[in-house]
Amino acid sequence: MRDVADIWSYLAQGPLLWLTLTLLAYALADLVAEALGRPPLANTVLISVVLLGLMLWATGTPYATYFEGAQFVHFLLGPATVSLAVPLCRQGARLRRAVLPVLAGVVTGSVVAMVSALAIGRALRLDLATLASLAPKSTTAPVAIGIAEGLGGSPTLAAVLVILTGITGALIATPLLNRLGIRDWRARGLAVGTAAHGIGTARAFQVHPTAGAFAGIGMGLNAILTALLAPVVLRLFL
Amino acid sequence: MIRALALILSCQLAGEVGARFLSLPVPGPVLGMALLWALMVLLPRVAEAVTPVGEGILRHLSLLFVPAGVGVVGHLDRLGPQALALAAAILISTALAIAAGALAFTLVARLMGSRDA
Repeated sequence: MRDVADIWSYLAQGPLLWLTLTLLAYALADLVAEALGRPPLANTVLISVVLLGLMLWATGTPYATYFEGAQFVHFLLGPATVSLAVPLCRQGARLRRAVLPVLAGVVTGSVVAMVSALAIGRALRLDLATLASLAPKSTTAPVAIGIAEGLGGSPTLAAVLVILTGITGALIATPLLNRLGIRDWRARGLAVGTAAHGIGTARAFQVHPTAGAFAGIGMGLNAILTALLAPVVLRLFL
Repeated sequence: MIRALALILSCQLAGEVGARFLSLPVPGPVLGMALLWALMVLLPRVAEAVTPVGEGILRHLSLLFVPAGVGVVGHLDRLGPQALALAAAILISTALAIAAGALAFTLVARLMGSRDA
């Protein structure tokens, strides 16, 4: 029989091990969330990330090695974004009846997200490069990275802040919107997609298909809006 | 299934090329989404073919954020001494943005008398 260490070093070289573990961690997280009745705190992204982070730390595996396997999952983000056209098309009639409310919701959510984050950041004495990385945090990662770089921020920090914002939005949206007494799935979805991009949209799809479709629209429109507004808003805080 | 997948990827490819070529501030996949949407509205046969495959991919949208999320764990030290200030800014501003966006939508919908059917 071969040594366990040999088998490990063989597996650790290829993408199979970490791709499998990514799917297993997510399946386990989904099972746990399902068993608990899908409360907002049992977020499937958060549970999977914690599980895999612990595994990487315990085995001393660098992220680059992990990503060789996980990249196949990561790649699907692009096709998934394109696929958001499917719920949008299905909700077409509803969307046409709500064009003005959608625009009002996205513009308000987008501006409030940027202005409040920068105001709090400046009050807490964050430096300018950090503020530039914080400004686009509510948009989807590729847009946020581009905006942050253009404003003199750090792309890595921007990506980290984007993901943290997405998880935060997915965790707080349900209790917050319940407390505000907002029952319209269109309003709930749109607000979460605008403030918390794809991770918020994923949460919205778990809750209700209409919320998911409107979250997708919020995410897409906010990506465009933030790209246009971020330089203007950041100038207010110089 | 293969044709639908090929169409979805083609839209993404066209979106990436278009965004770069026109140097738009929008990522390629978002442009690809707009393109696929237009195709589905114009051609009902396309909509019929793409719908099950698109819904299949979206059913596990959360899973697709896991690799990037794991990357964040390794970079949490990038937040450094500013971690608390950044956490406060993210938590408060995200809550304010969700509340403001949802309230603005509800207010305008009510003013227009637009009820959800």
